[in-house]
Amino acid sequence: MLKGKVAVVTGGSRGIGAAICKLFAKNGAEIAFLYAGNTQKAEETQKELEAMGVKAKGYQCNVADATQVAATVKEIVADFGGIHILVNNAGITKDKLIPMMKAEEFDAVVDTNLKGSFYMIKQVYPLFLKQKSGKIINISSVSGLIGNAGQANYSASKAGVVGLTKSVAKELASRGVCCNAIAPGFIATDMTETFTANEEIKNAIPMKRFGQAEDVAKLALFLASEASDYITGEVIRIDGGMAM
Amino acid sequence: MVFEKVAAMLAEKLECEVSKITMDTKFEALGIDSLDVMELLMNVEEEFGTEIELGDNKVNAVGDLVTLIESKLQ
Repeated sequence: MLKGKVAVVTGGSRGIGAAICKLFAKNGAEIAFLYAGNTQKAEETQKELEAMGVKAKGYQCNVADATQVAATVKEIVADFGGIHILVNNAGITKDKLIPMMKAEEFDAVVDTNLKGSFYMIKQVYPLFLKQKSGKIINISSVSGLIGNAGQANYSASKAGVVGLTKSVAKELASRGVCCNAIAPGFIATDMTETFTANEEIKNAIPMKRFGQAEDVAKLALFLASEASDYITGEVIRIDGGMAM
Repeated sequence: MVFEKVAAMLAEKLECEVSKITMDTKFEALGIDSLDVMELLMNVEEEFGTEIELGDNKVNAVGDLVTLIESKLQ
């Protein structure tokens, strides 16, 4: 489904990002993924992707740093010859009730989750504009749609991603570029292990189970492929019915 | 030199006579939107091998763009 395409995935070394990298690679895409700090995990992921017969490379980059993002995207274009798909997946949490949440903790989450997505989009924008095609997929969260106690920073950043998605979609719709958001509910990854150990939360999900990273990857594949060419500015929940 | 290049690029894009484009021609009158101007700027960057940011500059007429490019090239 993605043969001949180059996909850039942020936060790609593990969790949802790694699942997206693997499914995209399985479908023929070349993969450039960004990771924050876990070089060992990134090397493992790169090897796994290469074993699938596609070109793949991990780039260490803090997406909250606009200068690093610009340099990394330039490097990717030089290495891969272009970019066709961008998945803004890199995300962090610093969960606390508001009285305990420091301003710096609010900023850090917004800087990575929201501004990081903006910086990435800013870099691929001219490329997509010029080639008159491209797919941008932003990973938001159900938390950004309905809020979540203890996640004021995270929810705000993910709600921001929804606004960002719709603005980008409107700016680039006439140029054949699609921009959509995925809003996952509770997906079993390292980042959510404090939640996924909780039976009460599980019972609040109509499907009575946590999602898998691969579930999100399948939706990302649809949004990255031609199958979704007439969809833009959309936010799709993938949450076992939790937020309906 | 810059004007001639920009006019030629515009004429090619719009498939019109290059003589129809002057420094005073408004982009709006040519049916060119802000994204088209950005695209034009990117082509100019490639042509002249320089990076030009629109920044806060208002680019309404062909002359505005030419002046901006010339200032960056100096």
